[in-house]
Amino acid sequence: MVSKRPHTRKPAALSGAFAPGDPVRVAKRPVLGHCRTPWYLRGKPGVVAAVYGRFRNPEQLAYHKPGLPALVLYKVRFAQGDLWGRYAGPAGDHLEADIYEHWLEPIT
Amino acid sequence: MEPRVNQQMSEPERKNMLRQGAKGRAVHDIGGLEFGPIDRSEHDLALWEKRTDAMLILLRDNKRRVLSVDAHRRMIESYGEQEYDRTTYYEKWLRSVRNLLVEQDVLTREEIEAKMAEVRAKHAKAGRKAAKETVPW
Repeated sequence: MVSKRPHTRKPAALSGAFAPGDPVRVAKRPVLGHCRTPWYLRGKPGVVAAVYGRFRNPEQLAYHKPGLPALVLYKVRFAQGDLWGRYAGPAGDHLEADIYEHWLEPIT
Repeated sequence: MEPRVNQQMSEPERKNMLRQGAKGRAVHDIGGLEFGPIDRSEHDLALWEKRTDAMLILLRDNKRRVLSVDAHRRMIESYGEQEYDRTTYYEKWLRSVRNLLVEQDVLTREEIEAKMAEVRAKHAKAGRKAAKETVPW
């Protein structure tokens, strides 16, 4: 069956669980199938840098499903020193990655 | 724990060893593993590579919607480690487009294989060299 899902993925309402500046941690859980959260970020602490809006869930779109409800996508900033055991660059170096809300946990 | 890797090992051997210390990662999800320097050299695209790119764009447009970039990613990620490491960018794309055409009932595996046999026979008859190798499904 050819998927009939609408092809556009316009961001809808921005509201999500997190706001810019919030400390978050990437969930550390096993992955079944397609997933856009890279392995090297699992379990790592970061800070929300931007909220992009809501997008259909790529983990479902990958299987020709509608990917709804749409999930909030964030830009999250990580300190390079937190990611790599032997990072030798300047202390202020950071990495930004796009992470969907269901992969983020609050740090309290 | 970092696996012990010897740079003198053959590339497939080295990469397999690195992945043994990274259980649970998908085949493409190798960020941070020491696979050596990245080859950043560019090459002119061959006609088949441009055609592969064009097919993907057409198959995901609003008129057809046969596949999505996400399904394409999932199919590329489903390649075995050895095949994933051995193949080039557009070789991975071409296998994915072919498999998604079958998955979405646009073509059957039999139709594709029959056409491939026909093309091979045509080239053989004309005295041209055709690759005997087939792309794993």
